[in-house]
Amino acid sequence: MLIYSLKRLALAVLIVSAAMFLLFTMIYLIPGDPASVALGPRATDAMREALLIKMGLDQPVWIQFWNFFTNAWQGNLGNEILSNRPVADVVMEQLPWTLALIAGGMVWSIALGIPLGCWTAVKRGGLADRAIGVLSIAVIAVPSFVVAIYALLIFAVSLRWLPAIGAGDPGNLGDQLLHLVLPSLAVGLGWVGYIARMVRASMLEVLEAPHIRTARAFGLTDRQITYRYALSIAILPTVTLLGVGIGQMLSSAVFAEIVFARPGVGKLVYDAILTRNYPLVSGAVLVTTALFIAINLIADLVVGYLDPRVRSRL
Amino acid sequence: MYEAASKLLNSLRRVIAEPLGAVGLILVIGMIAAAIFADLLAVHDPTSISPRDRFMEPSVAHLLGTDQLGRDLFSRVLHGGQIALTVALISIAVSLIIGVVLGLIAGYGPSWLDNSMILLFDAIKSYPTVMLALALVTLFGPSLTAVMIVVVLVNVPGYARIIRTQTLALKSSQFVASAQSIGASTARVLRVHILPNSIGPLLILASMDIPVVIAIEAGMSFLGLGVRPPTPSWGSILNDGFTAIRDTPWIAIAGGVPIILTTLGFTFLGETLRDIFDPRLKTQA
Amino acid sequence: MNVLEIRHLSVSFAAEGGSLQALKDVSIDVPEHCIVGVVGESGCGKSTLINSILRLLPDNGSIDAGSIHFEEQDLTQAGRPKMQDIRGQRISTVFQDPMDALNPVLSIADQMLHIQYRSGLGRKEKNARSLDMLRRVRIPDPESALKRYPHEFSGGMKQRIAIAMAMMMEPALLIADEPTTALDATLEVAIIKLMKDLQSHIGCSMLFISHHLGLIAELCDQVVVMYAGEVLERGTARQIFHNPWHPYTERLLDCDPGSQSSRMRHLPTIPGEIPDLKKRQEGCIFRSRCQFCEDICHAMPDEIQSNGHHVRCHRRSP
Repeated sequence: MLIYSLKRLALAVLIVSAAMFLLFTMIYLIPGDPASVALGPRATDAMREALLIKMGLDQPVWIQFWNFFTNAWQGNLGNEILSNRPVADVVMEQLPWTLALIAGGMVWSIALGIPLGCWTAVKRGGLADRAIGVLSIAVIAVPSFVVAIYALLIFAVSLRWLPAIGAGDPGNLGDQLLHLVLPSLAVGLGWVGYIARMVRASMLEVLEAPHIRTARAFGLTDRQITYRYALSIAILPTVTLLGVGIGQMLSSAVFAEIVFARPGVGKLVYDAILTRNYPLVSGAVLVTTALFIAINLIADLVVGYLDPRVRSRL
Repeated sequence: MYEAASKLLNSLRRVIAEPLGAVGLILVIGMIAAAIFADLLAVHDPTSISPRDRFMEPSVAHLLGTDQLGRDLFSRVLHGGQIALTVALISIAVSLIIGVVLGLIAGYGPSWLDNSMILLFDAIKSYPTVMLALALVTLFGPSLTAVMIVVVLVNVPGYARIIRTQTLALKSSQFVASAQSIGASTARVLRVHILPNSIGPLLILASMDIPVVIAIEAGMSFLGLGVRPPTPSWGSILNDGFTAIRDTPWIAIAGGVPIILTTLGFTFLGETLRDIFDPRLKTQA
Repeated sequence: MNVLEIRHLSVSFAAEGGSLQALKDVSIDVPEHCIVGVVGESGCGKSTLINSILRLLPDNGSIDAGSIHFEEQDLTQAGRPKMQDIRGQRISTVFQDPMDALNPVLSIADQMLHIQYRSGLGRKEKNARSLDMLRRVRIPDPESALKRYPHEFSGGMKQRIAIAMAMMMEPALLIADEPTTALDATLEVAIIKLMKDLQSHIGCSMLFISHHLGLIAELCDQVVVMYAGEVLERGTARQIFHNPWHPYTERLLDCDPGSQSSRMRHLPTIPGEIPDLKKRQEGCIFRSRCQFCEDICHAMPDEIQSNGHHVRCHRRSP
């Protein structure tokens, strides 16, 4: 288990490094330098020169990359342009809001997706199975920002059941949770479909297994068989899938934060783009990417831990 | 020629036999037809501003109403469909070409090259798509080209992997080795041995990416980072509608419903195609 | 007194291109404290027989006729809750392949605990009982075995655990579905001895299914010979092995490698194949492979009975 974990960790570090390299290359290859982008068209050459030196962009490319690379691994993502604060600090301030939103999305997708998947697997071929199957495909297909806007239109503007914008009163947890309902639904709805389909497929596979026949022959109840004997195995691929899901929810969160005017990394990046605050954009991209890779790593390790066959083999 | 036509007809029949496939096909054909005949169907100029006609509710003259600048939303939706379809087709075609080339290089090349390309593909896949898009758009400046570059970047790894897997499988099999030993060119090996085996999964994957691409284009345009005004896009219409959502919800409906119908249509069709032609892919998706 | 009485059981499966009759007019008795062996080639309907008794037929299978009497009720008429009650408590099963027979993500302790959910015992007593059962099937270090997972045991150990689980509720009938086929021959004897010991200790009956004639001869009191979903002959082990009436039984005994007294260059086989169960022929089912086939064999032979020795063959007709 330890060697496996270390191997996965090494691979994750490698991928993060590759992602850094790629990001750096893209910034470097794109015509126009970040300083000009940041300063806008009316900047003088002298101003540009000064900013270039300050950002270390007058150095040869490999030194630039080395600096970028080593600094980033130490958590130093440079300073943002407007207030000259460290990018890492600014991103970390906003990250909890985004994580709360994603956690909300996960709650929706797990709380609805797993029971729906189980239920349709047990009732396979029936009308409910078919209807939920089509519905799952539909919620996967529709982009999350459309869901966000229509959820806002229906539940907040027309029906006035839930608050439309903001993150709720600071310090008032109930209010904050109320403000989280719609945005997290927009973030998680597609994943309800994904998880329902995934759980259904793996449940159908597991229910065919010989050990399920044994459990039936021992007279265990359908409940025990479905939820304890089958689901505990069928859930494993879903955990891996959730790792991927969080990455996509990070994308959806950008839209949800903008539509519902919530604080968060997405909103931060969006505002940074409008003010051409380039270091902030690339820093936030790196943080979210690293986060995504870390979450996938954790998901893999959790699967390894949950499955005794994997646990002991490693 | 006749054989190909009858084969196509047969596939079509199998798609229509599935309710989901039939619905998908109708939506997709409707969307494509609306985009092709946009100029005939839309009586109003999608970009002409008419302050007198601002925020008009749907009526016979303006089937979907007008927006904050008095532009006819029906015309804008139809022309937005053209943009969505063009972006999807161009960027997926480009992704396919690049994907095939990179897949071949990874499959045929030495293993260190293969490994580093796989690492790079994994790195691309590990960016949250929208974050990557935002980063690129900042650098390029908002434009449809930037959107298409994003799409190509996120789609290429998937296509390249299919070709790479196929190439690796074939490389170790006897008949490619013998084909090469008698001097068959790479192009011939590709045409005769690799493409026929991977074209199915590749095209199914590509068809399932169409709705994703349409969503990316609409999403970026919604953020004001895609098409430049006054060019219509479903995303920018949706943004106009979002800004005025409390008073004039029909603008948001005009922008969002086409996105929903199109993504549903392509997804239903893609799912059906996959189930019919390549059930193996199901577990990978 | 019979624990299990199967009478005229017919089972069919809905399949592409018509229905497939897997069991036809099957009658079997399992007397109290007896071990009844069911022998036949693969595809003779042995697993369908088990699934019918346990009422675990797949969705496309159905019991068309006949009855399965067990402890004063007809299992073909029993509802789901009743069957659930019987399974694991009154009728228990040991399956062929121990590799996949146990749940891979639950510990042995959990699985043994779950089987006792109807016992009314407390958690402590249940665990003590699990421990006791593991000891009885001679699992070394049972305390630590309880905490482990199935994949940590060898095939033979897994089968011992499966037997412990099956015997835990002291059933009236144990069904053993080729319990040693997937194991090494060296383990076979030990497992069989273990089952026989437990059977006599608990005092249950056993339906032992196997294609291994040597095992059947050694273990069973009575033997049922099945072929293509039909019972061709049944009787005491002595009757079947020393005085077989049906040509199929004779051929089967000839073909058993264990019965060869002298070394032979080729193992004898029965020529031909099991007939297509989708298109059952009229008359005797073994006709197409029988060396004594005559015109009369195109009609279905009646079951002849004498001293508990039953056979379906025209050659035995009076």
